[in-house]
Amino acid sequence: MDYRIRVLLAKIGMDGHDRGARVVAGALREAGMEVIYTGPWQTVEQVTKSALQEDVDVIGISSLSYDHVLVPGLMESLRRQGAGEVLVIVGGIIPDDDVKMLEEAGVARIFHPGSRLEEIAEFIRQAVSGRREKYL
Amino acid sequence: MPMIKEAEVRWREEYGKALQKTPPRKEEFKNRSGISLQPIYTPLDLEGLDYLEKLGYPGEFPYTRGIYPAMYRGRTWSKRQLVGYEGPEHYNRRQKELLERGQSAINFLPCNTFFRGYDVDQVEKELVGTCGTPVNILEDMDIAFEGIPLREISVSFNDSGPFTGVAMLFALAEARGIPLDRLAGTTSQSDFISHYSGGCNMYFRLSLEGHLRMFIDHVRFCTQNVPGWHPISVVAQHFQDSGATPVQALAFILSSGIFYVDQLVRSGLEVDSFAPRLSFFFAANVALFDEVAKFRAARRMWARIMRERFGAKNPRSLQFRFHVQSQGADLTRQQPLNNISRICLQALASVLGGAQSIHTDAYDEAYQTPTEETARIALMTQSIIEEESGAADVVDPLGGSYYVEKLTDQTEQLAWRYIEKIDGLGGMLEAVKRGYVQREIGLAAYDYQKAVDSGQKVVVGVNKYQIPEQQEFKLKWGKTDQAGVARHIQRVRDHKQNRDQQRVGEALADLRHAASEPSLNLFEATIKAVKSGVSHGEIVGELREIYGYGYPLTQGL
Repeated sequence: MDYRIRVLLAKIGMDGHDRGARVVAGALREAGMEVIYTGPWQTVEQVTKSALQEDVDVIGISSLSYDHVLVPGLMESLRRQGAGEVLVIVGGIIPDDDVKMLEEAGVARIFHPGSRLEEIAEFIRQAVSGRREKYL
Repeated sequence: MPMIKEAEVRWREEYGKALQKTPPRKEEFKNRSGISLQPIYTPLDLEGLDYLEKLGYPGEFPYTRGIYPAMYRGRTWSKRQLVGYEGPEHYNRRQKELLERGQSAINFLPCNTFFRGYDVDQVEKELVGTCGTPVNILEDMDIAFEGIPLREISVSFNDSGPFTGVAMLFALAEARGIPLDRLAGTTSQSDFISHYSGGCNMYFRLSLEGHLRMFIDHVRFCTQNVPGWHPISVVAQHFQDSGATPVQALAFILSSGIFYVDQLVRSGLEVDSFAPRLSFFFAANVALFDEVAKFRAARRMWARIMRERFGAKNPRSLQFRFHVQSQGADLTRQQPLNNISRICLQALASVLGGAQSIHTDAYDEAYQTPTEETARIALMTQSIIEEESGAADVVDPLGGSYYVEKLTDQTEQLAWRYIEKIDGLGGMLEAVKRGYVQREIGLAAYDYQKAVDSGQKVVVGVNKYQIPEQQEFKLKWGKTDQAGVARHIQRVRDHKQNRDQQRVGEALADLRHAASEPSLNLFEATIKAVKSGVSHGEIVGELREIYGYGYPLTQGL
């Protein structure tokens, strides 16, 4: 049986605009993945807890208005609670100055506006299968 | 007509030949609502059109051509630019600048923390003031509006239940000796249904029941005490920016309007007592003609709905008055200066469509809150249309165009079908509780993205005419004034520490009491709380305890 990649899509912080998150959720589902979308306004704690409960391979954070500054805190929280191996990607409006900061915090990839849905799905497929090979 | 029909047959033949030589530019020509576009429209498409029944003169039922007799010949639309970033002092400075540059009405945008119902001392400081100006206490409001003549300028305040921002504005006016009946403005985006279901979610703070109660009380209060105020602002912008087509946005805004009018009438209000101050809020996308047809159809449909469905008698109850905001979802991060052209088309659509009030985005709004320069350019776009293009010199200039009249009709017909469907589901509130609206929007958004990804829908600079990465505009996010944020947080902390705590306790008790007592006015209790020194976050927090914390649907869509 083919492994179905499990993805948690979440928005943290104050912003609620989630057209992007919902469209990506639809695309990843169509690509055969199991996707849980938390909805907006999650705290770092809530996302960590959901990720562990749902035993996800990937966390996708959607950030449009500065909420990405909370992502390093999320990375730290995931590591502390034993979910440090989960792949974290970020999509949305991320200023160039902050890309390095996020990558150094452990974010695997940032998808800027104009990214194609297939690109995101393909990246996840490759990255997750790479990691699974490492551990099986 | 028979001679035209003959000519059409001849033209069709030539058309066919031309397309054999040069194949059609696109596989199919459809507009953003999926309506198929003919190559040309002629008198044959408008055969039997009854001018007075379908169009009429402006200011006359069914108002298709405009809600006022003179429209922009007398007074143009309000140039109502959204302003909001960092703290109240920053807002004040930017607002005064823009008022000098031609902005004619205020459109106050609070920050995300405000929308979530928190005070600046209750959240991570990095999140404060990034997308708007937080106002938590009366003093904030006083600083924000220092030197701004509330008696003379219309203020749209973007707020949602419990409308603490508007409560603060009213309290400020009274403190400045301005009686409430001298105020003009709008509780912009007071429509909670669009926030619950429109993919924006921002202003959705309480449960649906809590919002409905607050909404009704707010309208009652304003109808009685602030006659120049528009407490109702029904929004389609969220739907459209989240992916809804213009037809869907039209259907959803009208269904929402129907819901609110129905609820207010059931609460005991005469329809003509509040409908004259009912306003709407649309987005305008770049597809010029789709939007003009939408605006004209909206006017005609609402006039019919109010007269036939609700028996409104006052002509002002039949008028679809609306504000338009640039559709942000049309703007691109790639080659952002191109957005100026896009925004110009959006604004032109709004002018040709007869809007009462327009906000044009700044070109950098695709990735940050506008700078002084980009905000100025956005405003100048409207002035160029007004002063240089001639588009404002004739009422409903596209009226009578074979294409525009046919498209207006088709847009209307398709929108009625959605409205009937929603009626069948039990009305707009039921429809969103079941996720019907959200599913429709989600599908439309998904289809759109797939069309862009496949190249079928061209977005210049994104999937066609791209430029190399090195030449691309480098996104630099202006950093928030951390010192200013810190000052604001301190000011709110000091206020909470030094105020009359007993008075605060009493006001909160009154608020709780009003919430549980249907015969009392919850908005009035909110104003009292604001005057007693209770903060925005404290008011929302209190009401959340009573009404529950609202959350949009995320599953089953």
